[in-house]
Amino acid sequence: MDRVASKNMVDDGRKLGMFARLRNCGDFAASATMILLAILIIIMLLSMTMGQYDMGLPEIVGALAHHFFGIEMDGYESVHETVIISVRFPRVVAATVIGMALAAAGASYQGLFRNPMVSPDLLGASSGAAFGAAIALLLGGDQIAVQISAFACGLFAVGLSYWVSNIVSRGQNVILALVLTGMVVSSMFSAFISIIKYVADPDTKLPSITYWLLGGLTSIHNENLPMLIIPIAVGIIPILLFRYRLNVLSFGEEEARALGVNTTLVRGIYILCATLVTSAAVAASGMIGWVGLVIPHLSRFIVGPNYKALMPISVLIGGLFLLVVDSVTRIFFQVEVPLGVLTALIGAPFFLYLLAKGKKSWV
Amino acid sequence: MIFEAEDISCGYGNQKVLEHISMSVRSGEVFCLLGPNGVGKTTLFRSMMGSLPLMAGSIRIDGEDLSRWSVRRRARTIGYVPQVHTPPFPFTVIDVVTMGRTAYLGHTASPSRRDVEIAEQALEKLGVSYLHDKIYTEISGGERQMVLVARALSQQPQMLVMDEPTANLDFGNQVRVLEQVNSLAEQGMAIVMTTHFPDHAFLCGSRIGLLRRDGFDIGAPNEVVTEETLRRAYGVDVRIVEKVVDDVGKLKSCIPIVRNAADRRTSDRWQ
Repeated sequence: MDRVASKNMVDDGRKLGMFARLRNCGDFAASATMILLAILIIIMLLSMTMGQYDMGLPEIVGALAHHFFGIEMDGYESVHETVIISVRFPRVVAATVIGMALAAAGASYQGLFRNPMVSPDLLGASSGAAFGAAIALLLGGDQIAVQISAFACGLFAVGLSYWVSNIVSRGQNVILALVLTGMVVSSMFSAFISIIKYVADPDTKLPSITYWLLGGLTSIHNENLPMLIIPIAVGIIPILLFRYRLNVLSFGEEEARALGVNTTLVRGIYILCATLVTSAAVAASGMIGWVGLVIPHLSRFIVGPNYKALMPISVLIGGLFLLVVDSVTRIFFQVEVPLGVLTALIGAPFFLYLLAKGKKSWV
Repeated sequence: MIFEAEDISCGYGNQKVLEHISMSVRSGEVFCLLGPNGVGKTTLFRSMMGSLPLMAGSIRIDGEDLSRWSVRRRARTIGYVPQVHTPPFPFTVIDVVTMGRTAYLGHTASPSRRDVEIAEQALEKLGVSYLHDKIYTEISGGERQMVLVARALSQQPQMLVMDEPTANLDFGNQVRVLEQVNSLAEQGMAIVMTTHFPDHAFLCGSRIGLLRRDGFDIGAPNEVVTEETLRRAYGVDVRIVEKVVDDVGKLKSCIPIVRNAADRRTSDRWQ
């Protein structure tokens, strides 16, 4: 059946994949969004049932209902609530939200820089934020200090890339100049991180910095969950609201302006918001790579390149992807495997597969 | 509608590329901009659309200063048709054409059913409705040019600005694009287009601007496109030939005198 479908698609002059034909059936994108949202919520709940201490779905719902709404359902036990609310809930929520943030930032940068090969690492956002967090860890700052420092340095790195690229480009080839200065700023901050690691106390500070850089969610608790969720929500909302403009922006500055888009404003909003969510994610969980690159591609595969459908789908699949990866490490591995290592192990081959299979969908 | 540029100077930063340019185009007119490479056609074009700030002079539409207009209002009045290009993402044709509606959308809105209908009408008007669901990056150059014209039409503008609409197109598609240009002008659109072919001036220009390194000629095709002006602008020898053909009327064309070709014509070997 798959073969028949793909033959029809060749006849249609379209070779994007099995979803290509469905895409024009009007509400496909809307239904896909709703289905993914439902799947995401179900997996979040299921993930909370699993772990060292086995619980059923009713216990999870009971604990959540009691904690958030004060409703005491049948079979409610406070020990369940303790395990779920203080251990599993923050971790599941953090994994989902960080996945969403990285995918939204990746999709934004790709449209913004008209290049499907860029990711949040561009512009120095990730490494700037990582440097900020590392220096706070070195100086013995608490969680809040780490977050704020990551923000500040992430925004500083992006501001630096943006400012230098404006000087270098003198109004021409803005995009290329920005990508290049982003790479330079990025490697500069990576060097700073190396210096921090070099001077860090090898018995106490170095392991925690190194481990955090590898990417993990073990340090996420209920107290620091708002510091993660609030900036990500603040960033993702405008990313979703203005998403149609990204389509037009991907045709280039000149055309976008001719089509009536205030390019300076829209570009500014996207750079700011994408960097905000990237910094928040990096500060909480270290460098988790590949999500921002692979997820928008996968989503484009499913709903096509129109950001109207692409952005919400990317956000949902990003959340789903990181949640599943983190749940698998948490549940099946005896030793905690750094999340960044796993996303790279899954993301890189998957990306190669996508490249080989359907390069037409982005070249 | 009348679009007027009055004594404008344009350039980048402190560098002036063009000075003292004046021109105007009205509804129903096709203004052809000719000129050799590197003389500043693109710069003039960008200034005319308002995407490059003027260094001096003013551009007015129906007497209103264009520089005071918002990008949205500009996009509702002037439709831009860029040279055929390849965007980084494989949008469908209808998605691309619907993007012409952006200037009419609320800031956070996506196109409505009505906007898609307007885009579909634009495709139909150009006779390329069959492209509707095709992938923009996979269709031919000529088809892509039509799609870009359709996108500009869905902006429902009063004026079209076309950057070398026949570049990179085969002979048949060039003719098809020029036919569309004429038919849009007949329906009351003001059109400004650049071209590398002086012949296009005879085929569809109502007014011609010939940009030279040392000046700017402007006027009717017969006045501006002459053997003398073309020689001065491009530095090549050109003959303009006229022929009356029974069922189509008078035809006029520029034929360059290519030296080696002339040698061949006179030599027996090539006959």
